[in-house]
Amino acid sequence: MSTKNERILSIVLVSPSILALLIFVYGFIGWSGRVSLSQWKGLLPDYTWAGFKNYVDLFSDPRFHIDIRNTLIFTIVFVVGCLLLGLGLALMLDAGLKGEGLFRSIYLFPMAISFIVTGVVWRWLMNPAGGSRMSGLNLLFSNMGMDFLINPWHTTPKWGIAAIALAAIWQMSGYTMALYLSGLRAIPGELREAAQVDGATEWQLFRLITLPLLRPITLSAMIILGHISLKVFDLIISVAGKQLPLDVPAIYMWQTTFDGYFFGRGAAIGILLLLSVAVLIIPYLYNTLRTEAEL
Amino acid sequence: MIARLRSRKFTKNFLYLPLVFMALFYLLPLYVMLLTGFKGFDEVSLKTMWDLPSTIRFENFVEAFEKLSPYLVNSFNMVLPAAVISSILGSINGYVLAKWKFKGSDIIFPLILFGMFIPYQSILIPLVEFMRRINLYGGLPGLVLAHVIYGLPITTLTFRNYYASIPNDLIEAARIDGTGLLGSYWHILLPLSIPSFVVVLIWQFTSAWNDFLFAVVLTSPSNWPVTVALNNMAGSQIIAWNVQMAGSFLAAVPTLLVYIFLGRYFLKGMMSGALKG
Repeated sequence: MSTKNERILSIVLVSPSILALLIFVYGFIGWSGRVSLSQWKGLLPDYTWAGFKNYVDLFSDPRFHIDIRNTLIFTIVFVVGCLLLGLGLALMLDAGLKGEGLFRSIYLFPMAISFIVTGVVWRWLMNPAGGSRMSGLNLLFSNMGMDFLINPWHTTPKWGIAAIALAAIWQMSGYTMALYLSGLRAIPGELREAAQVDGATEWQLFRLITLPLLRPITLSAMIILGHISLKVFDLIISVAGKQLPLDVPAIYMWQTTFDGYFFGRGAAIGILLLLSVAVLIIPYLYNTLRTEAEL
Repeated sequence: MIARLRSRKFTKNFLYLPLVFMALFYLLPLYVMLLTGFKGFDEVSLKTMWDLPSTIRFENFVEAFEKLSPYLVNSFNMVLPAAVISSILGSINGYVLAKWKFKGSDIIFPLILFGMFIPYQSILIPLVEFMRRINLYGGLPGLVLAHVIYGLPITTLTFRNYYASIPNDLIEAARIDGTGLLGSYWHILLPLSIPSFVVVLIWQFTSAWNDFLFAVVLTSPSNWPVTVALNNMAGSQIIAWNVQMAGSFLAAVPTLLVYIFLGRYFLKGMMSGALKG
């Protein structure tokens, strides 16, 4: 149908964007990869070949061990918390109560604000000071007579990162709820009605119909949330600054590169982060696009 | 049967309890920001954090605004062009990828999409080096460029999905009337895609406004957007926490307003980020 001129024009129209992305995404990843294999440490670029030394050093670096542990704890607490809370809220909102829209807007509003604002506020909410200097949530718990909930939050030894995940759950669970809600709305009513006629209890309905049909949503949500937790950076910085017990790869990368000028190591951390995200995202993209093509 | 219905209605109303409790949980930080912001300087004590202000005062907001206003201006100057340019480019790309598939476009599309998931730490060093070499390091134009380019995957995706849902017959019919590639875009698809433009513009506005990583790496202090300035303010020992709370609120106001007035479009943008557009 289309003329040859139009073919050419269509390619001319998209080529600036495609070229920009090829350079800024793939070209830069390649460039980072090259830096990660160099000795570059200092203000001036130094591409002297170092092989995989930066990577090997990272894996024997105690700080990087802390990072991996923190990332794992953060990911588990954050993903599980968002999924449970998101599913619970979606199920309750799906009951068709009055005021559903208002509740939904309230649960989702944290998505509109930055991790930095969230972090600055939660830093005061999670103030760990005790005794007469107690404030924030701890003070609230104490006022309400729930002293057993008082805890040192992100200053808890070894597990402080879980408190940061709590602030992240506050920010992203509404999003998870929205994903589940759209999934619930897509379940045909007849399916539930038929089961009800057959005498299924609410619990059976949930376990045998709703939950299995929501599985694809759970999977997408896990991947999206999982890749966000691998990249977590601003939230930690704004709650606690750069502190070793709360260190994650993204902060290590930033600090070693731009404060320490150890570009080789910084690039290696960046590439490792990319690989961990790619393991999650590439199968997801492949699947989503393939299903789309089949439709 | 009636008893069962009644009990179901009862259970339903019982749901309000957890729903309201959770609403309080989500609103708590907002409440603290505002409650604290409206207190006077004489009420800065953390011990009275949960007490209502004795009188409504605006001095925290005034001081926070004096400190943050240049950075709020920077944010606006950076976010508006970034959102507009990446939306326009996304619309053109989406149009071609949906309606004018060329050889290799099925390979190009996933390659473009992957760009929205990458951790930016993996491109940060080349990005800084590149900006230095083209003399855009430190200023706002460099930051705009970064947001435009790394915003292309999501804007392209949203528009492509939308244009794909528009029947080809519409374009075919126009072709018979002699309308070409640009004509179909300008006269048929563009007018239809105003809602998509709203979705994409507010999504890009929000993400660029809320960004911290690109901003902190690419801009020098006088060009900081408000996220970087706020984080710096929060780290300082000399700025009272009341002022920090008021400042956080100011930094959140633009995107909150967008959310309150254009929430429906905001939700759509969010969903297309999960490839469920």
